[in-house]
Amino acid sequence: MKLTEKELEIVEIVEKNARIPLDTLAKMTALTVEEAESILKKLEETKVIVQYATIVDWRKIDGHEGVTAMIDVKVTPKRGVGFDEVAERIYRFPEVKSVYLMSGAYDLSVVIEGRSMAEVAHFVSEKLSTLDSVISTTTHFILKKYKHDGTVFDQGDQDRRIVVAP
Amino acid sequence: MTRATKTYVSETVSRLKPSGIRRFFDLAASMEGVISLGVGEPDFVTAWSVREACILSLEQGYTSYTANAGLLELRQEISSYLSRKFGLFYRPEGEVLVTVGASQALDLALRAIVNPGDEVIVVEPSFVSYGPLVALAGGVPISVRTNGADQFKLRPQQIEEVVSSRTKALILCSPNNPTGTVLNQEDLAAIARLVEKYDLLVISDEIYAELTYDEPYTSFPAVEGMRERTILVSGFSKGFAMTGWRLGFVAAPEEVLQAMLKIHQYTMMCAPTMAQYGAIEALKNGEHDVDEMRKSYRRRRNYFVQSLNDIGLHCHLPGGAFYAFPSIASTGMASEQFAERLLLEEKVAVVPGSVFGASGEGYVRCSYASSLEQLQEAIKRMKRFLSRL
Repeated sequence: MKLTEKELEIVEIVEKNARIPLDTLAKMTALTVEEAESILKKLEETKVIVQYATIVDWRKIDGHEGVTAMIDVKVTPKRGVGFDEVAERIYRFPEVKSVYLMSGAYDLSVVIEGRSMAEVAHFVSEKLSTLDSVISTTTHFILKKYKHDGTVFDQGDQDRRIVVAP
Repeated sequence: MTRATKTYVSETVSRLKPSGIRRFFDLAASMEGVISLGVGEPDFVTAWSVREACILSLEQGYTSYTANAGLLELRQEISSYLSRKFGLFYRPEGEVLVTVGASQALDLALRAIVNPGDEVIVVEPSFVSYGPLVALAGGVPISVRTNGADQFKLRPQQIEEVVSSRTKALILCSPNNPTGTVLNQEDLAAIARLVEKYDLLVISDEIYAELTYDEPYTSFPAVEGMRERTILVSGFSKGFAMTGWRLGFVAAPEEVLQAMLKIHQYTMMCAPTMAQYGAIEALKNGEHDVDEMRKSYRRRRNYFVQSLNDIGLHCHLPGGAFYAFPSIASTGMASEQFAERLLLEEKVAVVPGSVFGASGEGYVRCSYASSLEQLQEAIKRMKRFLSRL
């Protein structure tokens, strides 16, 4: 679908800041509040905007440390449905945060989030590996997040400029 | 003459007034928790690929002087940039000079063309250094006052009112610091006719050329007949967010450029080498970053200028740069008093319009090169301040 210049602008702004007040958004795009609201609504209805997400640094919250693992999965594709069927079986598990079909040494990349390493290990050994189509899995635990979805964690973003300059 | 009555400082320098921005800087810098709209530079850090190219040049040991005029490769890139962007052609070998910021380029331009007593027209409100640089070059700055009701556009009759047989040159700045006003093709063509009529040179400060938001940009030397009469001054500070690199450039007809080069080689030798390698990368691959920054400024401009009008500070929509220049006439205060009280009572730093010349009185310069959150907070505080008056 082709978006107008204003629609595209609104997508770009809310992608970076979903909580921007509507009147601010309207001023930034030189629209009335009603126009901006109606564009937002259209973008939501047509699923151009799929969801408003929040990136949380869980390590900062006591008792919520959690672990994230990326799992390389080799599978046997099925006639007629290729990789789609097995991908769907995998992404329906609530522990699974994302699933991608990959080119290269393995087929699916699966991102899992769990409360502990034991929980992730349990998921891989009991649920993922036991699926018929799954040939092998390689699990990588994420040790530290530096940047996620375009957002740098713990960035020192203080303004280094002098207060008044020509 | 005894030491008590003798001064070692030259008369020209003694007569120079310190920059009005300086006093304000000292006051604002001494306070905590200030939201600064007083900053004349981007809030972006230079693009990573540019910083990386500079680091690489150091790793490779490129730490010696370059040619006086700058690295030939950089001059070639500048030449092709001017051609790509503005349809101008300058020979990299004789008509392009790399300088230490656009500030040095302005100084060189004036020193290369001004004879003692020559008059140079400065369009007010203007960047703080134009007048003093004219004086340092031995010339006499002659102010032309533009006015807010006309969105601070320079009109030909305003030049006619001040031009004399001593007038040598005119300094243009579009988009303008501090008003953000952009002169379009029609405005420039009208000025060009007078430039020809009175046989003037133009120093066109186009440092903000990358930052225009509503119409395509016209570079002054691209106006018919003006290439031979223009010293085009620009640089990397604003559009490429490279203020601290101190890198600018000049493009001008060979005779003038060579005169500038003569002064440059005795004073600066050459611009910093590693910065020049960064600039090559900026021109080759920086367009996407510049586009992103421009987009961001435009959105913030729209938000900020409309909000100023909403809280009762009338402001025209500036077509370029990153400054809003609202009128504070409704408060009945002088711009310096307004800025000082706003700083002390609400901790928002803006620059009094009077530092940009007498015609800036009644206005303040607010830079919207700050985060949206800061701008929102600044508007909130300014509204509170106004409501108490």
